[in-house]
Amino acid sequence: MSTRTEVNISSPTPPDLPRQSIGQRLQGLGGNARQYGIFGALIVIVLLFQVLTDGKLLLANNVAALFQQNAYVMILAIGMVMVIVAGHIDLSVGSVVAFVGGVVAVSMRDFDLSWPVAVLLGIAIGGVVGAWQGFWVAYVGIPAFIVTLAGMLVFRGLALVVVGETVAGLPSSFIAISKGSLPNVLGFASNMDVVTLLIGALAVAAIVISQLRARASLRKHDLHVEAAGLFVAKLALIAVGIGILTVILSFSAGGTPIVLVVVGVLVVAYSFLMGRTVFGRHIYAIGGNRLAAGLSGVNTRRVDFWIFVNMGLLAGVAAIVTTARAGAAIAAAGQNFELDAIAACFIGGAAVTGGIGRISGAIIGALIMGVLNMGLSIMSVDPAWQMAIKGLVLLLAVAFDLLNKRRAGTQ
Amino acid sequence: MDTEHILEMRGITKKFPGVVALSDVNLAVRRGEIHAICGENGAGKSTLMKVLSGIYPHGSYEGDIVLDGEVQEFRGVRDSERRGIVIIHQELALSPYLSIAENIFLGNERVERGVIDWNRTNAEAAKLLARVGLDERPDTKIVDIGVGKQQLVEIAKALSKEVRLLILDEPTAALNDEDSAHLLGLIRDLKAEGITSIIISHKLNEIEAIADTTTIIRDGRTIESMPMHGAEPVTEERIIRGMVGRSLDNRFPEHTPTIGDEVLRIEDWTVHHPVDQTRRVVDGANLTIRRGEIVGLAGLMGAGRTELAMSVFGRSYGSNISGRLYKDGKEIHANTVQQAIAHGIAYATEDRKRFGLNLIDTIERNVSASALNKLARLGVVDRRGEGRVAERYRREMNIKAPSVASVVGKLSGGNQQKVVLSKWIYADPDVLILDEPTRGIDVGAKYEIYTIINRLADAGKGVLVISSELPELLGICDRIYALSQGRVTGEVARAEASQERLMQYMTMDKDGIAR
Repeated sequence: MSTRTEVNISSPTPPDLPRQSIGQRLQGLGGNARQYGIFGALIVIVLLFQVLTDGKLLLANNVAALFQQNAYVMILAIGMVMVIVAGHIDLSVGSVVAFVGGVVAVSMRDFDLSWPVAVLLGIAIGGVVGAWQGFWVAYVGIPAFIVTLAGMLVFRGLALVVVGETVAGLPSSFIAISKGSLPNVLGFASNMDVVTLLIGALAVAAIVISQLRARASLRKHDLHVEAAGLFVAKLALIAVGIGILTVILSFSAGGTPIVLVVVGVLVVAYSFLMGRTVFGRHIYAIGGNRLAAGLSGVNTRRVDFWIFVNMGLLAGVAAIVTTARAGAAIAAAGQNFELDAIAACFIGGAAVTGGIGRISGAIIGALIMGVLNMGLSIMSVDPAWQMAIKGLVLLLAVAFDLLNKRRAGTQ
Repeated sequence: MDTEHILEMRGITKKFPGVVALSDVNLAVRRGEIHAICGENGAGKSTLMKVLSGIYPHGSYEGDIVLDGEVQEFRGVRDSERRGIVIIHQELALSPYLSIAENIFLGNERVERGVIDWNRTNAEAAKLLARVGLDERPDTKIVDIGVGKQQLVEIAKALSKEVRLLILDEPTAALNDEDSAHLLGLIRDLKAEGITSIIISHKLNEIEAIADTTTIIRDGRTIESMPMHGAEPVTEERIIRGMVGRSLDNRFPEHTPTIGDEVLRIEDWTVHHPVDQTRRVVDGANLTIRRGEIVGLAGLMGAGRTELAMSVFGRSYGSNISGRLYKDGKEIHANTVQQAIAHGIAYATEDRKRFGLNLIDTIERNVSASALNKLARLGVVDRRGEGRVAERYRREMNIKAPSVASVVGKLSGGNQQKVVLSKWIYADPDVLILDEPTRGIDVGAKYEIYTIINRLADAGKGVLVISSELPELLGICDRIYALSQGRVTGEVARAEASQERLMQYMTMDKDGIAR
């Protein structure tokens, strides 16, 4: 049953008979089931490449590199999924990354700013860029596609102005943001980095405790809870997954990459923002039905504006990660980053029409793209073919999603 | 061959799931006449014309369409157009950025070996424009001409298809007097050329002036068909009686109002059309609502009811709005929806799917949408509290859904309406404007909605109910305003209200003269 059908109000609307099917009973699970599906797809792809690469994919250093290489996509995808849920798009993030990266590098090399100040400056400039685009989208009413297409050109141009060709010679502590790992202050336990193990254990504990408390609270208030078996299976799967990842990472050369901590903090914070706060709720309300949201008292313009400011801030963070990883600012940096981020969102289940999408989905989408990249690279597949394969994966992921929905609708 | 009648529709029955829209309707149109169809909103007039023009194809209805004595089986609009039947809908179907000539021949292009012959297109268009009396160049774009002229382009388009039976659905609803007069004159001229017309109109004075025969439809049935120039001339009163003549049974819960102080007063409220800013959609309206009172707002389609309500609700409709709002005796300014809600005004839309609900989200999130801040601390939503609130309304309002986590888009119309009402009741306003609160929902659910409305009034809220169904207004309201062409043309207390009286006010022209 398509929920977006236009209703011809001039003809008598046939009243649907209330029919409570099992499908409807499972409705509360709907969003989650979709998430399990995409998570399952990630695991299948990982296992597939693990076999195809003769076990090289999950070597400790490759896993660490997977996060270091793809941190930028995950960071951008967090902001992008919010933009997409609200029914917009942002094509400018790649150019913004290049521009902000240039400013940060120049500020350190030519103006001798210390790296923490330069980092804050970069994020702030990202926010200003976002405010600029948000102004045109929210208060002037120009479609985001146009505003950010313009932004794509404007900020690529400004990046060229600021950077020239390359700004290199950046401080090593800045470069460590992307290339470094958390210091091994707790030593090793049979070759495993204890800091990494500790973080993994804490993460598992935090997830289990928070899930148990949420469930207890739902119970107490006599609200809908998922079946106990499903709940335990879900927790066990999460614990085992994080456990395996932790152990693998603890064997890597450096332990836990710093960017992984950055991404982890952002994911937790933004999942909370989207799932639990009034602001997040308003984003979903606007994406689901902008007119109804406005008539329910949501200040749609203000929400739109802040969504773009936020996207700019995250593009600033991505710029820092990208510049640090390259060890230099390059005017051509960030090419196609917007497409990577958008693809991650759609693979992760965001709806093109807005209203649907999750931070976790976008992250999983980014990881699927990352694993594909890495797996194909290890197998020495020609980059031209890699690109073609990634394109097909995007198309199939969305087609699969659409067919699924259509099938559900005809039941 | 039947030479007297060009068209006969015999025993037409059209059912939608759960609703019988037309029931054994008969219509006989004589060759060369102007035949008017009258009826209240929702009586089935438009449905009947959609059956005739093939929009509802053969097989989706019962009964026969007989054209020139032959039974027709139209499978689409193209079939009916091939036989010379052309329908012009109330919402004009012209492409705004194409020229008049391009629109006239859209789908029927003048081509020479697959290539459009522009000279022929424009020359033929010019001839048609002369025929309908439209003094515009054929290459003028549709956006650059007014609605009245657009209506003429539609007729020119119909003529280009060699129309024999022209159907006009509310052709003058959006026109000013001058354009209306021209259009009616044109329909008479076409009659002289032998073109038969069926005209659906709420403007009874126009029908009296132009029609040869009038058929009245009520509740999906043909009530009567009368010649206008018979021995006894048909008056507007006569038509009104036919349109509303049904009895009220026990479809409404008993209610004794406890009416308190004035809660909302609207003074000299004028609203202009958002695009055509010279058009007054609401014109100097005055009305008051008191606590504990259920006030009705009656009006025909296009009278400006929804426009009045939405412009009061944080100026969510219209441009160049003027007038004053008083809440509990003090003047207030509600320039945004947020301000209106803060002042205790709520508006539940007539079009819940477009303006009322996030259909892809759950009941609980829709219920909380207008008052999320009541459930939030430091911007963080208390989801347990939200679930409890939604659960409470699910029980109180008897929303039939497995849980509050059910997606709203899958509920029936009546249950969706209860979600909309829950949303606004939870926002705890002092004034609720309910626009067509029972549109498209079944009788049982209607009764429940009426009960909820009574409860709201008993809780000391002022309720304004907009409805196209006069019996509904008469059944639940303590006082009723009638709106016609943007003006409040009458105000009647429940005791004195009757459908005939309201219909008279609703069909008055803007100078307050009964037409």
